[in-house]
Amino acid sequence: MAQLDIVDVGHAYAPGAEEERWALKPLNLTFESGKTYALVGPSGCGKTTLLNILSGLVRPSQGRVLFDGVDVTALPTKARNIAQVFQFPVIYKSMTVYENLAFPLQCRRWDKARIDAKVRQVAEALDLHDRLRQPARGLTADDKQLISLGRGLVRDDVAAVLMDEPLTVIDPQLKHSLRRKIREITEQFRPTVIYVTHDQYEAMSFAQELLVMKDGRAVQQGTPEQLFEAPSSTYVGYFIGSPAMNFLTVDRNDGPFALGGQPLSVAWDIPQSTTEVQVGVRPEYVKIVTDPGPNTFPGRLRGVSDHGAQRVLEVEVAGQPVRAKTPREEGVPVSEEVLVHLPRARALPYADGKLILRS
Amino acid sequence: MNLSVTDLCLTVDGVDHLKNVTATFRPGRLHTVIGRTMAGKTTLLRALAGLQKVDSGSLTRAGADFLKTPVWRRDTAMVYQQFINYPHLNVFGNVAFPLKRAGLSRDEIQRRVRQSLASVGLADFEKRKPSQLSGGQQQRVAMARALARGTGILLLDEPLANLDYKLREQLRDEFKALFSDQGDTIVIYTTTEPAEAMMLGDVVLVMHEGRILQTGTPQEVFERPATTTVASIINDPPMNIFAGRLEGGQVTVAGFQATHVSAHLADQPDGAYQFGLRATDVSLASSGVEGEVTFVEISGSETFVHVVVGETPFVVQIEGIHDVALGDLVKLRLRPDRLFAFDEQGTLVRTPSYALASVEGC
Repeated sequence: MAQLDIVDVGHAYAPGAEEERWALKPLNLTFESGKTYALVGPSGCGKTTLLNILSGLVRPSQGRVLFDGVDVTALPTKARNIAQVFQFPVIYKSMTVYENLAFPLQCRRWDKARIDAKVRQVAEALDLHDRLRQPARGLTADDKQLISLGRGLVRDDVAAVLMDEPLTVIDPQLKHSLRRKIREITEQFRPTVIYVTHDQYEAMSFAQELLVMKDGRAVQQGTPEQLFEAPSSTYVGYFIGSPAMNFLTVDRNDGPFALGGQPLSVAWDIPQSTTEVQVGVRPEYVKIVTDPGPNTFPGRLRGVSDHGAQRVLEVEVAGQPVRAKTPREEGVPVSEEVLVHLPRARALPYADGKLILRS
Repeated sequence: MNLSVTDLCLTVDGVDHLKNVTATFRPGRLHTVIGRTMAGKTTLLRALAGLQKVDSGSLTRAGADFLKTPVWRRDTAMVYQQFINYPHLNVFGNVAFPLKRAGLSRDEIQRRVRQSLASVGLADFEKRKPSQLSGGQQQRVAMARALARGTGILLLDEPLANLDYKLREQLRDEFKALFSDQGDTIVIYTTTEPAEAMMLGDVVLVMHEGRILQTGTPQEVFERPATTTVASIINDPPMNIFAGRLEGGQVTVAGFQATHVSAHLADQPDGAYQFGLRATDVSLASSGVEGEVTFVEISGSETFVHVVVGETPFVVQIEGIHDVALGDLVKLRLRPDRLFAFDEQGTLVRTPSYALASVEGC
């Protein structure tokens, strides 16, 4: 398994386009050996372009791609020693499950005993061991997708496994078990994995680190927990988590921050010169309380949405919408007038859509 | 004008697609039909629309035999999971298509198309072709076309299933407002997602293997699930169900050393039961029964930790996003006051005290 480095890589599909219109704006990234990464973002964000640059399907307009320090930018896909899993399973229909898994190793002229041991080990992990003699064409879509993955895993010299929306064609009932299987297998074999998906929850369930992309830029890279607790931009605050993070515009008149004329105590300090500051608080941390106190603001209940074990209360505070997620057993406030508590430690500062570092 | 369904049955190759389906759909209400894939939801909608013949049973609307009413007179519009638009027509043309077929005047068509496009937030998109729209926008066009017809029955078959999570979240909120505005229309909406069924439905129908297992308000179905199967379907993640014994209000679970005192079960007869506990009522704790983490998944802003205790699988729901390693040994705390008790056949006998009043006649 290799470390993958992207050095000042950018790409424009239309030559000569100004940089603002590039599919991928120049960026630097490191994918560490043996870790799983997910590239997420809305369609057109550049995630597939980045994956194709790593696999060699797209040659970047500028910059270098390094596998374990070796420049592979000019190398075609087949010389990069990578395994790929696509949206649709790719299998050799005329072969058995065993032959499908053994094929890449036979191509590499491994001896028979070594191939056999490796195929059986991977088949065991994929739960395909009792179907090795079956023709691959008779399998279900999810089993075929496992074979596609397995063909990558049998080669222990593979630099990285690149997956492009591998669960798209899988029946929703089976997605869960296949996702689980893929995660178990990657934990066992520890390949470097780059996984592209438009589904942020699939990404968070699967990958150790996420790279959130938007408009051809990498917006934030981090563990799922980091993205949830400290989104680097209002976009990530919206994109990760459901419901999205709340953002409230606060005032500052030569003094402490205030919301609706009442002081808001925060755990950070930012320069006076910063123009408009928004405070970001996750709906999970907003509390509806009965007693007044610090950081507790009068609000008006605008709506209640029953999600089952939780309810989402829509409240208006200082003329701005705030959502609070509450456990079902807490019930619904009896009065439209409520008190809303924004915990000091959970309120983060944003200006121009970016998280301003806490001091 | 209610739409009444009585004992609808359909068997295909020995498998029940509809089994004695009986329901009443009322004007001005949004009915959500929740069930897993293959539960019979789409078949039911197709039967209502007249696109699917049934083996037996009856359908009546305003006293008339609806089964004998041809498809084009059923006054029904349907929106599918896979959004369908005419690729050669622009957005206006797509929405106007059925209205032109119905022979409405130009002015009336224009008025209706504009109104329904505005209601789905596409007022400025009249001139675009479907291929120039995102998936969410295309589904809105399909929705606008169905709404513009102003039919008495609106059938929506998992309209959000093919959209990404953020879009789903947004459209769910929009739909709620949109549907509350549909006057006397009967709206029937199918979904596999509990939260969607709960949020949108005035009435929730739980469907499984061709049968309707329970019908009620979202609160009734969620807080008083009639059977273990309903409890499993209406909760995401599914409710934890496990076998145990009750003796003098003390619950003993097979494979667990600990016993739990559940005051709300004190007057239940001793014996064997199935118990249900929501994932939110199990937590990772410093003491409790020990189990192994087999899987961790993240949904929205919650972490679902799958733990196996002996042979019994549990799902624990933690607020926020957390990193829990597979294979870790963890301790679980089960909240005895939150146990649902079902008999051995899986029929509800007692709910936790915070839920709606206990089941009558049990």
